[in-house]
Amino acid sequence: MELKTKIHAEDGKQELTITREFELPLELLFKAYEDADIVAQWMGTNVVKLENKKYGSWQFDTTDDKGNIVFSASGVYHEFVPNKKITRTFEMGNASFDVQLEFLEFEALAEDKSKLTMQIVYRSGALRDQMLKLPFKQGLNMAHNRLEAVVKQLNP
Amino acid sequence: MLLASQAMTAGSIAANFNTARPTVSKHLAILTECELLGQQQNGREIYYHLNPNKMKEIADFIEPFRKLWDDRFNKLEDIMKAYKPKK
Repeated sequence: MELKTKIHAEDGKQELTITREFELPLELLFKAYEDADIVAQWMGTNVVKLENKKYGSWQFDTTDDKGNIVFSASGVYHEFVPNKKITRTFEMGNASFDVQLEFLEFEALAEDKSKLTMQIVYRSGALRDQMLKLPFKQGLNMAHNRLEAVVKQLNP
Repeated sequence: MLLASQAMTAGSIAANFNTARPTVSKHLAILTECELLGQQQNGREIYYHLNPNKMKEIADFIEPFRKLWDDRFNKLEDIMKAYKPKK
């Protein structure tokens, strides 16, 4: 089966591209980036601020059950062209990672089909690889646990 | 690690470990079954070599990152498919 979400990250470069085709009209895809309530739903975060305009800013906070902030991110819009393009910065709160620059391009493929191309530029190639590895590290822990269970079955 | 630079026989691999030869053979059999190692007959000897494609699959650290975005976008798609504009 062909993967719906694709990542293109060339060795040694300080950028990556995420592409995804949606079974949605272009307007609905863009709405998911424009409407604070909808962003909150699919990103699983609180949308503190979402000023959809040039030089507007955005801010997300994710809290645990007790209301403690476990993740935060914020940035500024440099371009906000409905149904076409968003250029924004992205910075994680309380983390030592440098800010990144994101170019999001939205296009219609058919009446009920659209595509998002998201280019992310990092300060360095090393930082890009570090960001790529964040979910990998969590996955690795899970894989180790699974491997341990399999090996235990091999040696009863 | 040993096999990273060259193909080796079970005997020469075992010589590098302080483990009984049958134990090493058992490990090699499991790794071969998982396709992490390949075998090649050379005269009377069987040489083991790394299967780089399989290793790459395992070392593909981009996959969890891709999965994270895929899950998010799947959610976006589901929400928007059910979306009814406010009148």
